[in-house]
Amino acid sequence: MIDSLFLINHSGDIFLEKHWKSVISRSVCDYFFEAKEKAVDPENVAPVLQTPHHYLISIYRDKIFFLSAIQTEVPPLFVIEFLHRVGDTFLDYFGECSETVIKDNVVIVYELLEEMLDNGFPLATESNVLKEMIKPPNILRSVVNTLTGGSNVGNTLPTGQLSNVPWRRAGVKYTNNEAYFDVIEEIDAILDKSGTTVFAEIQGVIEACVRLTGMPDLTLSFMNPRLLDDVSFHPCVRFKRWESERVLSFIPPDGNFTLMSYQVSSQNLVAIPVYVKQNISFLEAGSCGRLDITIGPKQTMGKTVEGLMVTVHMPKAVLTVNLTATQGTHTYDLATKVLVWDIGKLNPQKLPNLRGSLSMQPGAPKPEENPSLNIDLKIQQLAISGLKVSRLDMYGEKYKPFKGVKYLTKAGKFQVRT
Amino acid sequence: MSTSSAFNDEKGGSSSVGEPEYGHDPASGGIFSSDYKRHDDLKEMLDSNKDSLKLEAMKRIVAMIARGKNASDLFPAVVKNVACKNIEVKKLVYVYLVRYAEEQQDLALLSISTFQRGLKDPNQLIRASALRVLSSIRVTIIVPIMMLAIKEAASDMSPYVRKTAAHAIPKLYSLDPEQKDQLIEVIEKLLADKTTLVAGSVVMAFEEVCPERIDLIHKNYRKLCNLLIDVEEWGQVVIINMLTRYARTQFLNPNINESLLEEGGGGDKKFYASDEDEDEDEEKDKKAEAVTMAKRKPYVMDPDHRLLLRNTKPLLQSRNAAVVMAVAQLYFHLAPKAEVGVIAKALVRLLRSHSEVQYVVLQNVATMTIKRRGMFEPYLKSFYIRSTDPTQIKILKLEVLTNLANETNISTILREFQTYIKSMDKDFVAATIQAIGRCATNIGEVRDTCLNGLVQLLSNRDELVVAESVVVIKKLLQMQPEKHSDIIKHMAKLTDNIQVPMARASILWLIGEYCEHVPKIAPDVLRKMAKSFTNEEDIVKLQIINLAAKLYLTNSKQTKLLTQYVLNLAKYDQNYDIRDRARFIRQLIVPTEKSGALSKYAKKLFLALKPAPVLESPFKDRDHFQLGSLSHLLNAKAGGYQELPDWPEAAPDPSVRNVEVPEWTKCSSREKRKEKKVEKPFYSDSEGESGATESADSESDSASGSESGSEDSRSGSESDESKEASESEEEEEEDLKTKKNKEKPLKKPVQESESEQSSEEEVRKPERKSKQSKSDSESESESESESESSESESEDSEDSEPELKKKKKGAPSKPAFKATKKDNKKEKKEMSLLDLDDFEPAPSPQVTPVNSFLSNSLVTDLEGLSLSDSALMPATIAPSSALKSYELLHRITGEGLSVEYCFSRQPFITDANMVAVQVHFTNNSTSDTKSLHMEDVKLQSGMRVKEFPEIELLPAGETATAVMGIDFCDSTQTANFQLCTHTRKFFVSIQPPVGELMRPFFMTENEFKKEQGQLMGMNEITEKLILDVKCRNEHAIVQKVTTAANLSRVPCGSDKECRFAGRTVTSSSLVLVTVATKDQGAAQLTVNCEKMVIGTMLVKDILLALTQ
Repeated sequence: MIDSLFLINHSGDIFLEKHWKSVISRSVCDYFFEAKEKAVDPENVAPVLQTPHHYLISIYRDKIFFLSAIQTEVPPLFVIEFLHRVGDTFLDYFGECSETVIKDNVVIVYELLEEMLDNGFPLATESNVLKEMIKPPNILRSVVNTLTGGSNVGNTLPTGQLSNVPWRRAGVKYTNNEAYFDVIEEIDAILDKSGTTVFAEIQGVIEACVRLTGMPDLTLSFMNPRLLDDVSFHPCVRFKRWESERVLSFIPPDGNFTLMSYQVSSQNLVAIPVYVKQNISFLEAGSCGRLDITIGPKQTMGKTVEGLMVTVHMPKAVLTVNLTATQGTHTYDLATKVLVWDIGKLNPQKLPNLRGSLSMQPGAPKPEENPSLNIDLKIQQLAISGLKVSRLDMYGEKYKPFKGVKYLTKAGKFQVRT
Repeated sequence: MSTSSAFNDEKGGSSSVGEPEYGHDPASGGIFSSDYKRHDDLKEMLDSNKDSLKLEAMKRIVAMIARGKNASDLFPAVVKNVACKNIEVKKLVYVYLVRYAEEQQDLALLSISTFQRGLKDPNQLIRASALRVLSSIRVTIIVPIMMLAIKEAASDMSPYVRKTAAHAIPKLYSLDPEQKDQLIEVIEKLLADKTTLVAGSVVMAFEEVCPERIDLIHKNYRKLCNLLIDVEEWGQVVIINMLTRYARTQFLNPNINESLLEEGGGGDKKFYASDEDEDEDEEKDKKAEAVTMAKRKPYVMDPDHRLLLRNTKPLLQSRNAAVVMAVAQLYFHLAPKAEVGVIAKALVRLLRSHSEVQYVVLQNVATMTIKRRGMFEPYLKSFYIRSTDPTQIKILKLEVLTNLANETNISTILREFQTYIKSMDKDFVAATIQAIGRCATNIGEVRDTCLNGLVQLLSNRDELVVAESVVVIKKLLQMQPEKHSDIIKHMAKLTDNIQVPMARASILWLIGEYCEHVPKIAPDVLRKMAKSFTNEEDIVKLQIINLAAKLYLTNSKQTKLLTQYVLNLAKYDQNYDIRDRARFIRQLIVPTEKSGALSKYAKKLFLALKPAPVLESPFKDRDHFQLGSLSHLLNAKAGGYQELPDWPEAAPDPSVRNVEVPEWTKCSSREKRKEKKVEKPFYSDSEGESGATESADSESDSASGSESGSEDSRSGSESDESKEASESEEEEEEDLKTKKNKEKPLKKPVQESESEQSSEEEVRKPERKSKQSKSDSESESESESESESSESESEDSEDSEPELKKKKKGAPSKPAFKATKKDNKKEKKEMSLLDLDDFEPAPSPQVTPVNSFLSNSLVTDLEGLSLSDSALMPATIAPSSALKSYELLHRITGEGLSVEYCFSRQPFITDANMVAVQVHFTNNSTSDTKSLHMEDVKLQSGMRVKEFPEIELLPAGETATAVMGIDFCDSTQTANFQLCTHTRKFFVSIQPPVGELMRPFFMTENEFKKEQGQLMGMNEITEKLILDVKCRNEHAIVQKVTTAANLSRVPCGSDKECRFAGRTVTSSSLVLVTVATKDQGAAQLTVNCEKMVIGTMLVKDILLALTQ
C-alpha cells in the first residue's frame, strides 16, 4: 500500500523520509515539486499525482507536505486519511505538528512511523496503543533520561492491541475521576450582499475529556436527539443502541477524544447570530476605494458574541489600507493582502464599525469582485441548534465521577458576499 | 531540484558533505548539530558496553536514516547489537536492519538466528515483532525461513501473531512470487480465522497475493460480513472493497426489474441526460429479459446480498472518511436504486473534512451525480462554492452543480454561477463559463438566457473571460445559428481586440460556417485577417484558410483574390500542417483541368451541416472503475487494480454457491448442527488440508465456526449443541453396542426403555417403536429414540424441524408439510428396499444395508465367535447401521432437490472393479423434477464411472434411489460430475473415504499370518493408541473397524487380538488389519498393505475411529 513517506517543508526541502518497502529514491518528489511550482498556492497542489512509476498522494497541513509514494492501486482516501492520522499523532505527542518539532524528536517520529505501518498497511493507529509502546516526550522525562540514559520506549509491552477494547488500555487509575463533554457547534453559512441567507447549516462535535478509573461504561443521552440528522461516531460508540434508543453508549478511550460529530437536520432554520452591513467600493477613476463595515447582533439567544473577527482577502491591486475602527484592532498583511479586524466582544449598544479608504496600485484596473468577508465568532454556553445533554450515567465502576457539559457555538465557514 | 541534487552528492561521501549543511541549519536540534562527524565514533559507541552509549549512537544513526543520509557502512557495527538486551536499542537496530538489509544481504544473515529465537519466545509480542522484522528483511536467501515462520505463526495461539503473519504474506510474495501457492494455503487458513484482529490483515494479503481466487471467500463470506463492524477501520476499507467485487460475481443485479419498469413507464428518462445511458439501460433490459426468460419470476434479493448491505450501512457513520467512501461505493455498485440514497448524506458530511478528502469525495460525487442525480439534489446547496476554497475544489463543485442542474433548480444554479463569474480566480471563472454552456445545452429552456448572459460577458475586461465565452458561445450557436446572426456580427467585431488564439479561431470558424447569415461582414473579416496572417498563431491560421475557402465557395466574386493571397502566404508558412492544408484546399476549391471529381463537391464538403457538439461531463462513464479507487480518480487503470466485474446474467451456478452457502444464515442453529455433522466427518476423512486447519485452531468451536457465518452470541450455544450432537452420536453407537451385548451373552440387565423415551418421536414412528421394544438399553439419553434408524434418516428427521420453523414464518402449510415428510420417510425405506432387489438379483442370503442393525450386528457377533462360514458370504457383512451418508447436494443449493450418497458396500455387479455408490434423491420442492441424470464426468486418469440410469420423473416430495459404480483406481481422488435435472445443472463431487476402496476378503487365521509375513517392512505400519473408553471391548472394536473400512473379520484364537482382511477393489491388493489390545485400553494397530498410501490413510482412519 503506502511504500514511502516524505515530509517536505514549505520551501521544498525534504526533511524526513521513511520507507516501508524497498527504498524509493527521493528524486520521485521532483514530480511533486513541479506540480507545486505550477499550483502557486500550496493548497492547490492536486492531492493525487501520477508519475511514470509511482503515484504520489499528498496532504498539506501545518505548512508541511506529507507526501506518500505508492506503487499499486489503493483507495486514495485510505492514504489521505492515514496521513492525517499521522499528523494527528504528531500533534498528540508533541503538542504541535511543525518542522522544528519533528526534527527535534526525529527518533520518536521514526519509531512512531515504524509502528503505525507495517509493509505499508496500517498496524497501530490508536493513540492509546501507540502511547503504550512509545512514550510521548515531556520535559521531566527528557531530563531524567539524559541523566540516567533511560529511554522513551515503554518497557512493558502494550496490552491494548490485544484487548477487545482496542481504544482503551486496562488498568487506568485516577485519584480524581472526571468526565467532561464539550458540545461545540459551528455555523456554516453563506450570506449574500443583502444579508439573505444563501446557505446555512450547523455542524457539531462533542469533544470529550474522560479521566476515569477502570473500565467505565458510559451512557450519554440528549433532551432532543431528534435534532441530530447525520452523525458519525468514535468507534467506541455502540451503534445499535443509538439506532434503537438514541443514546450514546460507550466505553470511553482514556483522555481527550472526539466522541461524535453531527449535523443538525436541514429542516430547522439556522439562527444567524450577527448581521453585517458593509459597503466596499472601488472607484473607477483614481486609485482608491472605500470600505465601511458594521456588525450587529441578530439572533444571539440573549448571549454575548465574543471573539468576533472579520477577515477579508483583498484583491491583489490593493496596496495599503487607511482605516479606523471604533472597536478592536485591525491589521493588513501587505504580502498576502489579508485584512484582519479583531473586534472582540460585541456590544449591542455600540456597534463596532470599521471604515476608511483603500489605496490601489496606480494604473491597475478596477477589481471586478468585491472581496467577501469571513466572520469568526464565539458564543459561550450556547448550542445554537438547541441541543441539550440530559444526563450522563456510568456503569461498571463503583465510584462517583465528576461530570460536566459545556456548550459553545462558533462560526465555521461563515462567509458574507459583497 | 536543488535538494535532490544535493542529496545525490551526499550519497557519495556522506561524511564529508554532511557537516557544512548542518552548520548553517538553525533548526537542527541536538541530534543533528555538533556530533555528526565521522562514523568512527559511532562505531566506537556501538562497540562499547554501555547501553546508554549504544542508544545514543543508534539514535544518531536513525536520525541520519530519517534525513536520507547513507549510513550503510555502519552495518557490521550495528548488526552486532541485534541481540542487545535493551529494548530501545534493539528497536532502533531493527529499524536500521530493515532499512539496509537489502543492500547488505550477507551481513544481514547474521541477524537471522536472533529472530528465529524470537519466534519461539513465550511472549506473543516478541514473537510478533520477530516475525515482523524477519519478514521485512528483503533478502532472498531467507525465503524458506520466512515461509516456515509464516506457516508457524499462522497457527499461533495469539491472534496478534496471526495478524503479523498475515502482514508478512505480501512481503514474502513481493520478494518471491513463486511462493504464491504455499502462501495461498496460509491465506486460506487465516481467512477462516474468527478474530477481528486478523480479518482485515488477511483480506489485505488476499488482495495482494491472490485477488482472483474469489472461491476462497465463499466459506468466509458471512463471517466477514458479520465481523465487519468490529474490525479496525483500515481493515474495514479493504474488506468492503473486496466484498464489493465478490458480490458482483455472486449475486444478481438488484436493479434488473426496475430498469424494465422504467422502460415500460418511460417516465424516468430525464434521469439520464445522454443517449449512451439509455443504451446502457437497453443493455440492462436485454439482460433482464434473459433472466426473466429463464426464471419467470420477480427478482428476489439473495439473503447474502442483503446481509452485506445491512451490515455495511452502519459504517457510513464511521469517523474515517475512507470507510465512509468504501461503504458509499459499495452501495453505489450493489444496492437497489431505491436504497442508494442513504449514502448521499454521509458523503456530503465528508465535504466538511480536510481539503484533500473533499477533493477525492467530490470526484466520486461527480461520477455518481451523472448516474443518479436525484440522490444529491436535496444537498445542492452543500456544493455552493466559497471564495476561500482551493481552485481544484471549486472546479469540482462546479462540476457537481452542473450535473445536478435540471429544469426546476436551474434558475438558482444560474444565479449562483453569476456570482462566481466575478471571482478573482480566473481559472475558476473560465470553468464557470464552461459550466453555463453545459447547462444551456442540457436544458433547452434556459438556452437563450444563458446565451444572453454569455454575450454580456464578451464585454468583460478580462480577456480570458471573453475568450472562454467566445468558445462556449460558438458551441451554443451551432445548435440554432439562424436565430443569432446579431451575435455573430457582434463577435466579428471582437476580432479587432481579442488576442487569445482559441477565441480568435472560434470566431473565424463561426463566421466561415455561417457566412451566409453575415454576407457583408465576412469578406471584410477575411481582409483583416489576410493582413495579419503572418503574425497569427497556427490554430488561427488554419481557421483563416478555412474561412477563405468557405467564402470562396459562396462568394467568389469578392474574395477570390483574398483567398489566393491567403493560400499563397500559407504555402510558404513554416508549419507543415498549414502548408499541407493550403495545398489541399487549393486543389479542392480552385478548379483546374487536373482537379478531379472532388472539386465538384467542394461546397458540400465544406459547408455540410455539422452536428452541434455535445458538451459532456469529463466524469461521464467513469463509473466503470470502482468508485473510490485510485484508478477512478485518475481515470486510468492503476497497477494492481482489480476490475469490477459485471453482474452475472443469471444467478451464478448453484454448485459454486454450494461452497459459498455452507449454511443458511436464517436457519436455526439446529440445522447448522445437522450440517456440521455431515461436513465434519467428510472433511476429516478426505481432505488432509482442511483437517489440519481445524486441528490447528485451538479454539474449541473453531472447527465448526470456520464454515459457519457464526455470529456473536449464537456461536457459543451453537458449539455446545454441536458437542451435544456428537455426543449423541457416540451414544447411538453405544446403544448399538449394548444391543449387541444383549443379544449375544446378555451381560447387562434388561430394562424396558419405551417409558423413558420421548413420546412424540415415537408417535411419529410407530412401526419402529415396536422394533425398538425388542431391543433394550439403558436409554438415559434422549437421542435414543433415533438411534435405531439409519443415520441418514436421523439427520432427516432433525432436518425437518428447522424446515418446519421456517414454514411457520412463511407459509401456513405446516401440518401438510409434516405429513409429506413422514411419507417421505416411509417411502424412502421402501424404495431402497425395492432398489436393492432390482440391482441385487443374486439370491444369496444378503443382508440389505437398510435392513437395520439387528441382523447385521448379529452377523458380526457370530463372526466374532468364529461361527461364520461360507454360507454367510463375507461380502455381505456390511454394518449397515454404520453406513455413513454424505451430502452430494444440499436442498437449498439444489433448489429443493437434495441428494445424498452412501457406499453400500455391495459388489457392483456390472463391473467388479467398481465401488458401488448408492445415491438417494429427495425432492423437497413443490414441483416435479424430471430427467435426473449425470453429465460431464471429470475424472483423474484411470478412473471410470458407470452412470446410474436416468430417473425420468421425481415427483414433488418423493424420494428415489439409484446405484452408480465408480472405479477410484484405489485412490481417494474425487469424481466430479454434473447432476442434471430438466432445468438445472449442479456440479457435484464424490470422494471416497479410504475404507470404502476395499472389499472384505475371507481367510483363515493361518492364511492371514502367512500373508502378513509377506507384507512386512515398508508395507507394515504400526501405531500405538489408547482406546476410547467406550470401545474397549472386542465388539466395539470390531464395530468401529468395520465401520471405518469395508473389511471382514478373520477368526482368531486369542481374545486380545482382532484381525480383519480385505482386498482393494481395483487392484485386489491385500489389506490386513490387526488390533492387539493390552491393559488399560492401550492397543496396537497394525496394517499390512501392498499399497503403502492406502495403508497409511487407513491407519489414520481406523485410529480416528478407535480413539474417538
